[in-house]
Amino acid sequence: MKNIEDIHIVPVIPSPPSSEFGAEQTKKGFADGLIELGKLLPNVVVIDTDVAKATRSADFQKIYPERHFNTGVAEQNMLSVAAGMSIEGFIPFATSFGMFIATRGGDQLRNSICYPKANVKVAATHCGISTGGDGASHQINEDIAICRSFPNLTVIVPGDYEEAKQATIAAAYFKGPVYLRYGRDTYPIVPEIHGKFEIGKSRTIREGTDCTIFTTGIMVSEGIKASDMLKEKGISARVVHLPTVKPLDNEVVIKAAQETKFLVTVEEHSIIGGLGEAIAGVTAEHHPTRVYRIGINDVFGQSGQSQELLDLYGLRAINIVEKVLEVTKLQGY
Amino acid sequence: MLTQEKLNFLKDKAKEIRQEIIIMITRAASGHVGGSMSAVEILVSLYHHIMKHDSQNPKWTERDRFIMGKGHATPVYYAVLADCGYIPKEDLLGFRRPGSYLQGHPKQYTEKGIEVSTGTLGLSLSTTCGMALSAKLKGEKQNYFCLCGDGEIQEGQIWEAAMFANKYKLNNIIAFVDRNYMQSDGYSEDIMPLDPLEPKWEAFGWEVFSIDGHDFEQIINTVEKAMLSDKPVMIVARTIKGKGVSFMENDNTWHGSPPNLETAMRALGELV
Repeated sequence: MKNIEDIHIVPVIPSPPSSEFGAEQTKKGFADGLIELGKLLPNVVVIDTDVAKATRSADFQKIYPERHFNTGVAEQNMLSVAAGMSIEGFIPFATSFGMFIATRGGDQLRNSICYPKANVKVAATHCGISTGGDGASHQINEDIAICRSFPNLTVIVPGDYEEAKQATIAAAYFKGPVYLRYGRDTYPIVPEIHGKFEIGKSRTIREGTDCTIFTTGIMVSEGIKASDMLKEKGISARVVHLPTVKPLDNEVVIKAAQETKFLVTVEEHSIIGGLGEAIAGVTAEHHPTRVYRIGINDVFGQSGQSQELLDLYGLRAINIVEKVLEVTKLQGY
Repeated sequence: MLTQEKLNFLKDKAKEIRQEIIIMITRAASGHVGGSMSAVEILVSLYHHIMKHDSQNPKWTERDRFIMGKGHATPVYYAVLADCGYIPKEDLLGFRRPGSYLQGHPKQYTEKGIEVSTGTLGLSLSTTCGMALSAKLKGEKQNYFCLCGDGEIQEGQIWEAAMFANKYKLNNIIAFVDRNYMQSDGYSEDIMPLDPLEPKWEAFGWEVFSIDGHDFEQIINTVEKAMLSDKPVMIVARTIKGKGVSFMENDNTWHGSPPNLETAMRALGELV
C-alpha cells in the first residue's frame, strides 16, 4: 500500500512566467473573434470535430447553436463539408487541432479547399511544441511548411490573444482560403501588435541597425525581450513581427536585409519550411544575406508543460540573444 | 413515367455520348474509358430527364446539383455538359491539354456546369453533404446528386460522410454508386470486397435501392421514389465497365489506357 505522501506532484509552471500585460490563450482570441463575427456576418458558420471545448469553438456554439456543426472525429469529412458549405455561400470556419488538419486532412485542404479557392477559414488550434503534455504525436511543428506550399492558401500565425481575435475577424472578410494557426496555452499579451490587422502586413516593433529579428506567432514577445536585452549590450536589433507568413511582406524583409547586417528568424515551428525558409528564400533572390533560423531543429517533440518545452527547445529570448552575440562575434560585425 | 419516344431519345443520347467519350480520350491519348462508359445512362438520365437545370443560367439557385465523385470519369461528364450546352463543343478539343479548363479530373467552374472540384477519391460525398446541409439551412428545395465509383467508396472519408448525412437528415442527397465491380487493379471483390454493399449503407441510416445502372426506366423510376424519401438515398447501380464496346466490356485494360486510332475506329464502329 502506497502512502499519499509518496506521490510527488510535478509543480505547475505558470504560463507564461511573467508579463506586465498579462496573458491569454490565442485560441480564446479565435473564439472571441468568432463570437464577434456571429453578430457581424450571419453567414459565418463553425464546424468542429469533437474538440469544440478544446478549440473553444464551443464558446460560439453556446451563443449560436444553430450555426455550429460537429462531424465527430472526422477531420477529412469536416474540411470537404466546409468546402461544400462555402460553395453555397456560407463562410465556414473549419476547426480542429492543427495536427489533424494539416497532415490527416492534407488532401482535403489541398483539393477541396485550396484548388477551387473555396472561401473556407481553416482554424487550427494546438499548434507547435507548446501543445505540451499530449506529446509529439499532437505537437505539429510542420503545418506552416505544408500550408505555405499549397497554392491559393493564406497562412496567418497570430502573436497573442488580441491579434488572434483581429486576425480571425479579418480572415472572414477576406475572400479565399485562409489557414489560421493558434496555440493551446496562454501566451503574453503584446500591446505593440494590437490595432487594425491587415493580412500580408508585417509590424516593425523595434527599430534597429545591427541585425533584424523576425518573429511569427507567439515568438513575438521573446523577440521583443531579446531586442531589449541586446540593447543593454550595445547591439541594435530591429524586431519585425510577421503574423502573415504567406503572402510574406517581402518589401519589409528586403529592406531589413539591406539595412541590417544579418537576420534571425524565430518561430514555434520546424526550421524546415517555415518563416525562416520563407525569409531566406526572399533574401536569397533579392538581397543575399545571412539568415539564422531559430525553431524546432528537425526533431519530434515530447511531453512536458508548455513553458518548460519552450525552454527546452530553445525558443526563448535568451536563445535569440545568444545567437545574435555568437554571430556578431563570429562574423566580426 | 417515360414515354417510348423519350426512351428512344435517351438511348440515342447515350450512344452519342459514348462516341464522344472514345473520341475525347483517343484525341488526348489519355483518359479513363471504362469508368466513363459505365456511367453513361446515369448521367444521361440525370441531365436529360431528372434534374432541374438550365445551361443558359448555370448559377440558377434552384437548380439541382450534380457532383462527380469518380472524377476520373470526366469524359462522360464533359460530353454530357457539352451536349447540354454548358461547355462549347469545340472546348472538348482541349480535354487534358495545357490551357484548357477541362482537366483530367474536374476543376470547379460553375459557369461551365462543373459544380465541384473532385477526383482525389473520397472527397465528393462530404462536399455534397456540406452543400446539401447548406440548402437545408437556407430552406432551399433542390436535390443534390452525387456519383461515386465503387472503388471510391473504399475511402474511409466516404463513411464519415455517410454518418454525417444521416445525422443531419440530408434527404436532399441522392447518391449513386457506379457498381461496375472493377477498379484500377482489377475486380473490386478481389482488391477489397464491398459486398454485401446495400446493408452497409442501410446500417449507416440511408435508404438504399439496387438497380440495373444501364436501364433508363429503372434509373428514372428509382430517382422518383428516392425524392420522396426522408433519408439520404444511395442507389447502387450495377453497371458494366466499358459498356457499349464489346471488347472493352469488363476488360480492365480500358481502365486508364487510351485506345489508339485503329482501336478507336473499331469501337466507334460498334457505337453507330
